[in-house]
Amino acid sequence: MGVMKRVTMVFRAKANKALDRMEDPRETLDYSYQTQLELLQKVRRGVADVATSRKRVELQLNQLQQNSDKLDRQARDSLAAGREDLAREALTRKAGVQTQLEELQGQYASLQSEEEKLTQASSRLQSKVDAFRTRKETIKATYTAAEAQTRINEAFTGISEEMGDVGMAIQRAEDKTAQMQARAGAIDELMASGALDDMVSGPHDDIQAELDRMGAGHGVDGELARMKAELAQNAPRQIEGTQHGTSDGAAAQPASTAQAPDPAQAGEPE
Amino acid sequence: MIVRILGEGQLELPDSAAEELNRLDAALESAVERSDEAAFGTALAALLAKVRQVGSPTNADDLRPSELIIPRPEASMDEVHKLLTDEGLIPG
Repeated sequence: MGVMKRVTMVFRAKANKALDRMEDPRETLDYSYQTQLELLQKVRRGVADVATSRKRVELQLNQLQQNSDKLDRQARDSLAAGREDLAREALTRKAGVQTQLEELQGQYASLQSEEEKLTQASSRLQSKVDAFRTRKETIKATYTAAEAQTRINEAFTGISEEMGDVGMAIQRAEDKTAQMQARAGAIDELMASGALDDMVSGPHDDIQAELDRMGAGHGVDGELARMKAELAQNAPRQIEGTQHGTSDGAAAQPASTAQAPDPAQAGEPE
Repeated sequence: MIVRILGEGQLELPDSAAEELNRLDAALESAVERSDEAAFGTALAALLAKVRQVGSPTNADDLRPSELIIPRPEASMDEVHKLLTDEGLIPG
């Protein structure tokens, strides 16, 4: 016997076991319908859970992408400032983030496809449950117990097959969701511990600190150079007209006003 | 003849397809028995391709049970083993 037939028999056996428990099929139709509605609820909850999990992974993907972009930017800034060592460090960290990102992206895609299938299965089951409700009313109103038996058997087998299928789909999606949540949790922990996230943001972002330090240093150097140039320009003119003592004082005046709007910059290297 | 692809729903196939399906199914079964993962993948893909080629989806509110049930396309051999042996895999 082939695989298809054997699988079908396993499904049938399940339905038959449930049918055997029913004494008067017509009386148990309503009970069966209730059970179907409950399963439908469970399926809907399953779909919602998977969607929630997917959104969470989506947020993490975005965050990892931002980290990767930032490290890339820092590598460029470092190179531009002639610090190849810093650029190398930033790129090494970027590679680590990128690995996490790719693994998570693969899982994200498969979760998305599970979610789509589950959504479709859920609407198929909804249609069948609706059809079963109509059918059971017809069967109850129209047929004698003996006739009803055959018709109920068919409808019941058909719907229990659908329920079995959707039940397996939920189980699969829930397993996958649990796996992803575990992984997402692990990445959260990594970020919290500073292994991933603290490289690029937060108080311990050493690459950024070094870049800032260099940036601030350049600002001070630049300002010093500008002041020196100003002094050099002013000095000859003032030597001509005034005494040395006053000329020094007048020359210092504009330089200190130029510096005044930006005291924080000069203080930062400390 | 109605065939279900697990996870995807039911399709209605002409009865004339039965012989070809049985042949493809026999290949699938022998792969499962030999635990030949590669042959299993090929056989399952061939069976699904045939069913999709000659079948058309039934209405969603069709309550007729399937005559044949095929594992889902992504199914592993291990999963099919469980399908065949463990009733516990099918809830409800």
